[in-house]
Amino acid sequence: MALTKSEWLALEKKANELRNLCLDTTYWAGSGHIGGGMSAMDIFTVLYHKYLHIRKDEPNWPDRDRFILSKGHAGIAYAPVLCDYGFNDKEQLKTFNHTNSKMGIHLDSNKVVGVDASTGSLGHGLPIAAGTGLAARVLGKSYKTYCLMGDGELDEGSNWEAAMTINHYNLTNVISIVDRNHKMIDGDTEDVMKLEPLADKWTAFGLTVKKVDGQNIRELCEAIDYALTATNPVLILADTVKGAGIKMMEGNHKWHYGAIDENLYKQCKADLEEYYQKRVERVEREAR
Amino acid sequence: MAGGFVYTAVESTAMSTAEYYGNTLAELGRSHPDIVALTADLAGSTKIGIFQKEFPDRFFNVGIAEQNMFGMAAGMAKAGLTPFLSTFSVFASLRCADQLHTDICYQNINCKIIATHAGTSFGQAGSTHHAIVDLAVVRAMPNLVVITPADGLETANAVRAAYAYKGPVYIRINRGFDRVLYSDPNYGFEIGKAVQLHDGNDVTVIATGSCAFQALQAAMFLKNVHGINVRVLNMHTIKPIDKDAILKAAAETGKIITAEDHNIIGGLGSAVAEVISESDIPVKFKRLGIPDKFAPIGLHEDIMSILGIDSNGIINAVFNSLGIQKDDDDNWDDEV
Repeated sequence: MALTKSEWLALEKKANELRNLCLDTTYWAGSGHIGGGMSAMDIFTVLYHKYLHIRKDEPNWPDRDRFILSKGHAGIAYAPVLCDYGFNDKEQLKTFNHTNSKMGIHLDSNKVVGVDASTGSLGHGLPIAAGTGLAARVLGKSYKTYCLMGDGELDEGSNWEAAMTINHYNLTNVISIVDRNHKMIDGDTEDVMKLEPLADKWTAFGLTVKKVDGQNIRELCEAIDYALTATNPVLILADTVKGAGIKMMEGNHKWHYGAIDENLYKQCKADLEEYYQKRVERVEREAR
Repeated sequence: MAGGFVYTAVESTAMSTAEYYGNTLAELGRSHPDIVALTADLAGSTKIGIFQKEFPDRFFNVGIAEQNMFGMAAGMAKAGLTPFLSTFSVFASLRCADQLHTDICYQNINCKIIATHAGTSFGQAGSTHHAIVDLAVVRAMPNLVVITPADGLETANAVRAAYAYKGPVYIRINRGFDRVLYSDPNYGFEIGKAVQLHDGNDVTVIATGSCAFQALQAAMFLKNVHGINVRVLNMHTIKPIDKDAILKAAAETGKIITAEDHNIIGGLGSAVAEVISESDIPVKFKRLGIPDKFAPIGLHEDIMSILGIDSNGIINAVFNSLGIQKDDDDNWDDEV
């Protein structure tokens, strides 16, 4: 169903809140993987506030949709999403990365409510998602599994092993998403280890690829709507900007992981507000 | 052993160790619909294919992709299923060690790894297929229970116990036919509890896997021919290790020899050494195993002989432990 203007605006508002909460968490933690957190925040927002069938009061509901964050280092963005949703106390974000906190860079499924898999070692998410997808079939359940991967981690062969499995078993209940922010720790993905032609690779592995602007909520929703009714497994290739919303971070691989002091924090806050206003203007312009 | 079928010693000569596993898993599958089975193109070799024949909809062959298989199993267990996954021990412990560590052990999920072709049991395949470091690797993974059954009946017991236990379990079984150690399955198998195979207070041999039978043979020979009383413990569970049995043996016999088809670094010998070295009991101690080198190619029994982890090797180690000098017998004319 097409995204209404009011729904779009509500999602923009939520995405803005979550970007701010991710920035706050990075500030409280002293540093974090903010670049890849910001690039994925629109994807998190759309999933947690439009698509995922989950229950705030029953986080382990057996029929819930699953979400596997394969790019586990985006915990700095995921923890705010889960706290804001109501699975965990928001106060916990102030302890992120602190000694004995329940929340560190990579979220632990046995400590943070709402995390379906402990990830961090890259290339692990899609195999796990294939497993939850096949389990749904064995158990006769209709839940979906969403798996969010980074682009850099696609260097890992295990992703492609899992892609073969998703194709072999025609796991249409697994919706794969790549946060294609073009950057990894050591630089541009194409300089470190060439990924392109990335869409062709996924296509060759048997998945139907939907390329979207990953910072466009409407496009993300359209792609997920398509995937939910497709008869072939879908991979959403979301073209994103590392550090989206914060000018000095945008497209800068050095902000894969970075530290934020008070002055920088204020500047980032101002940037996020300006970014949000532009995003709202786009909705006003483009909403049907 | 209520319910299900009970193997007899007669059957045990007719079935390989892995067939005990496959049949036991199929038996468990009949009453437990949560069991699913995965393999990486080794359905026939690991005998997990016996489950496949009966439950094709609960069996998944992922192709030659062990990392993917371990991740998938984690996802399945998270969704409420109980996955059993099988490949060769060398691959289960190394090719996908990261997935075993993070997806399975860190998440502490209910997943059972039945790793076949343990130690040098696939001797002719060479070191690419010998699992001589798996115990060292998996023993260091928190939350993981590690079992090395000695024969087919013990494998059946271990597989049943693994299902009953909630959490990750690694069971290491041999390729082919093990020497029959047990004629009756009701000897009291319990995870984490050593089984005393032979009583004695002169020296203790703590053995695991295929070395348990060899240790018992050695003990019977030493008693009958030399009047030496060797205590033999079948340490089928490497983790959690039976500290009480080790400390009792240390106190009562003062001499301990370990025997395993594994590198002497990191396996049973190391586990026993950790227990006795942190106790205040002085013990004369010797590890038998693969002396930190790659094993030769050959038949399993030949390799065990070359490595000194067969009954002859254990007998010599007992003599050494007791300070008994034995001249080398280079005269082959009296051999049959």
